[in-house]
Amino acid sequence: MSAATQKRRWREHNILPGFGLSLGVLLTALTLIVLAPLAALVLRAASAGPAEIYAIATSPRTLAALRLSFGAAFIAALVNAVFGLLIAWVLVRYSFPGRRLIDAAVDLPFALPTAVAGIALAAVWAPNGSLGALAAGLGWKVAYTPLGVMIALVFVSLPFVVRSVQPVLQEASADVEEAAALLGASRLRTVFCVILPGIAPALLTGATLAFARAVGEYGSVIFIAGNVPMVSEIAPLLIVIKLEQFDYAGAAVVGMLMLLISLTLLLLVNALQAWSRRRLGYV
Amino acid sequence: MSEAPLQAQPAAHKSESRLVRFALIGLAFSFLALFLFLPLAAVFHEAFRRGLDVYLAGLTEPDALSAIRLTLLVAAIAVPVNVVVGIAAAWAIARYQFFGRNVLVSLVDLPFSVSPVIAGLVYVLMFGAQGYFGPWLRANDIEIMFALPGIVLATLFVTFPFVARELIPHMEAIGSMDEEAALTLGASPWRMFWTISLPNVKWSLLYGVLLCNARAMGEFGAVAVVSGRIRGLTATMPLHIEILYNEYNGAAAFAVASLLAGLALVTLAAKTFLEWRYADSIAASRHS
Repeated sequence: MSAATQKRRWREHNILPGFGLSLGVLLTALTLIVLAPLAALVLRAASAGPAEIYAIATSPRTLAALRLSFGAAFIAALVNAVFGLLIAWVLVRYSFPGRRLIDAAVDLPFALPTAVAGIALAAVWAPNGSLGALAAGLGWKVAYTPLGVMIALVFVSLPFVVRSVQPVLQEASADVEEAAALLGASRLRTVFCVILPGIAPALLTGATLAFARAVGEYGSVIFIAGNVPMVSEIAPLLIVIKLEQFDYAGAAVVGMLMLLISLTLLLLVNALQAWSRRRLGYV
Repeated sequence: MSEAPLQAQPAAHKSESRLVRFALIGLAFSFLALFLFLPLAAVFHEAFRRGLDVYLAGLTEPDALSAIRLTLLVAAIAVPVNVVVGIAAAWAIARYQFFGRNVLVSLVDLPFSVSPVIAGLVYVLMFGAQGYFGPWLRANDIEIMFALPGIVLATLFVTFPFVARELIPHMEAIGSMDEEAALTLGASPWRMFWTISLPNVKWSLLYGVLLCNARAMGEFGAVAVVSGRIRGLTATMPLHIEILYNEYNGAAAFAVASLLAGLALVTLAAKTFLEWRYADSIAASRHS
């Protein structure tokens, strides 16, 4: 029955005009704007030859930059997994004055240009800034260290976990929770054994998206990072520096490495979403 | 009547105690204050700290005006192009089943998972002096790198998915019954598009345009790579901010930054309004 409906719908869809035109426009734009330039990147990186690719990829400076970008992004994603879940929980479950405002404000890192975020974070966390002075009093140096990189990455990837978890938390029915409570589970046990497993896929998806965004981030980081080679120099900045030295091959290889890792992540997220849709019927 | 005792009883196990609730809300507030509100406040504080005169002087100097003009121009080109492409993408993907459809969906989303710096880098490798088309462009006297076309291309790349991403789930949720009815009643394809298809998704389209525009005006990494950051010439507002900041001209940098922060706040307000007013219409696209 459902297969028959599906088939009829499929045929009806074909009645609609404009398939050739819309697909043509999409494919042309996609090829010219996205695919051809990315192909140029792959070609350029490949033309360097295996020996040179290996030399660039394993040079201490490249490794340090990649380690910082991926390491700091990983920690930022972890921080946001914890606090993003907390924010989503508070927004969905509790009512308090200013809830709407907070809900809207979560998207600020999406809307605020990265350069603005960068100089704002640098102003706040610089040794003479409001929080920087506080941290300095405690003996911590934040700006111009890897810690500053981490803080910038937490800022830019903040909305992802909240926005992934929020709808799932909203739609999770109260029945199961009530059942758990009626069967004698403590609240803590209900939270950890009933609620959290249900939102785990969304949480993981959000954290992965946050990680992917943080890895490639450039604008908000460079102002607060200090950009000391081998210490607080992120991978995207290394690409910019190599380009400024007209080292196209070097820039292409570092770019290619980052792209490969990002694409692997994208596939992972897609597989994760498909899996959770099959298993749980949502996300 | 029997509901009253049922509702009163499980309260203890169904939610957290007052104390825990307050603690969690407080923790969320502190985190957001530390990471969101304080930096935002710092932009305006730094911008106005030295008085209104300095603020206005930072905004009205010729280089700043040229940066504002360039940013508006780039957005005025990139956003309409991506609206047309986004509508075409959504129509093809949401209305038809075809071989490779899922791959196409992933490819449309691809720019979101590419670092902005790489988005700029790919164009340098294509059109830069040592790029694949560099010598030919130079021979024919066509400027792409360090000029408007390069900036527009890089902006197109990073804002590519925004419109399609909002439209696809919405179009899928609406279905094509209205459009089929219009065709059956004898409407021409274009009439169907202008009177049925487009009005049906207007709110999510506006939502997508809003996000696309905010990103187009605020893009930094991709534009920084392709523009050459020539002051007063190829520096957009975000690049102008960087130039000023590196010259230790904090007051002017934050003055220009406050404009972009204002744009971000307006974008957020408009977005919240759209979500609140047209919740049903946009709800479909929020689950992407």
